[in-house]
Amino acid sequence: MRTALTPATRMGLSIAAAVGVYGVSFGALSVGSGLSVLQTCILSLLMFTGGSQFAFIGVIGGGGTGAAAWAAATLLGVRNGVYAISLKTLIEPPGRVVPLMAHLTIDESTATATAQTDHDERVRGFWTAGVGIYLLWNASTLVGALAGDAIGDPRRWGLDGAAVAAFLGLLWPRLKGRDPVALAVVSALVTVMVLPVVPPGIPVLVAAAATTVWWAWQHRRGLRT
Amino acid sequence: MSLWFWVVAAVAVAYATKLSGYLLPRRLLDRPVVVRMATGLTIGLLASLTILNTVGKGQAIVLDSRLLALAAAAVALSLKAPYLVVVLVGALAAALGRLAGLP
Repeated sequence: MRTALTPATRMGLSIAAAVGVYGVSFGALSVGSGLSVLQTCILSLLMFTGGSQFAFIGVIGGGGTGAAAWAAATLLGVRNGVYAISLKTLIEPPGRVVPLMAHLTIDESTATATAQTDHDERVRGFWTAGVGIYLLWNASTLVGALAGDAIGDPRRWGLDGAAVAAFLGLLWPRLKGRDPVALAVVSALVTVMVLPVVPPGIPVLVAAAATTVWWAWQHRRGLRT
Repeated sequence: MSLWFWVVAAVAVAYATKLSGYLLPRRLLDRPVVVRMATGLTIGLLASLTILNTVGKGQAIVLDSRLLALAAAAVALSLKAPYLVVVLVGALAAALGRLAGLP
């Protein structure tokens, strides 16, 4: 068995094991935000991109509309399109696998593929991480959703604190260098400032717009990002 | 509009976004400005969602045990704790705060 594992498949499996299980927190938070168990599982099965899934339920849980949740999830998913471009260039997948490959194009499968130097290893890394996370993420989402359904008042269990930690955990690895940190601070400040004056769910979108403007302005000034 | 509608719409657009990277001509998307924008957007949205879940309650700003969760999660992350541990630490901090009588 050991001989069947290449460095890429080994990396893919470790990442899948580490990441897949946090579907439990997504499942529990999602039903705590007011989605049904079925809606929660549909998000993991068919949206399958953790950041957008958390964004969707985060906006709903905060009292935002479905439209605001849709917009936040959609914007957060834009990076997957960029991952797809680099994977297409790196792997040059045959057309028939593209529909499935697109579905599995997320942070972790992209990272595993791009960490390899050899073409076949990239392919193996992508599929191992992608399929592995897909299976674990969906199984653990169901477990979390059923558990969240059973425990009742989410606040008593600190589930609102878990949501805070979940978002900070997604943000943290991206805060490398001074500019990303400044960007995060600007976005947080804008959010707090507009929170009392616009409907729930909209602050996230205002912050996204402000962030984009700020980022573009930084770029114009020639500051490195 | 029902929540189901938006769930289905969000699912559809998420897939279309992923697929577009494979199908659209490279010259349309493979530009430094698009990549930078996507990176910035991701950070901005996650930072906004983090603070929103920490102090937001509808249209009000409420300071409660969720601040403890934020601090505890930051400590766990700086100690390189795995993601699931970070989430559990956040829940534990908020639950302990409430147990101690904090809002």
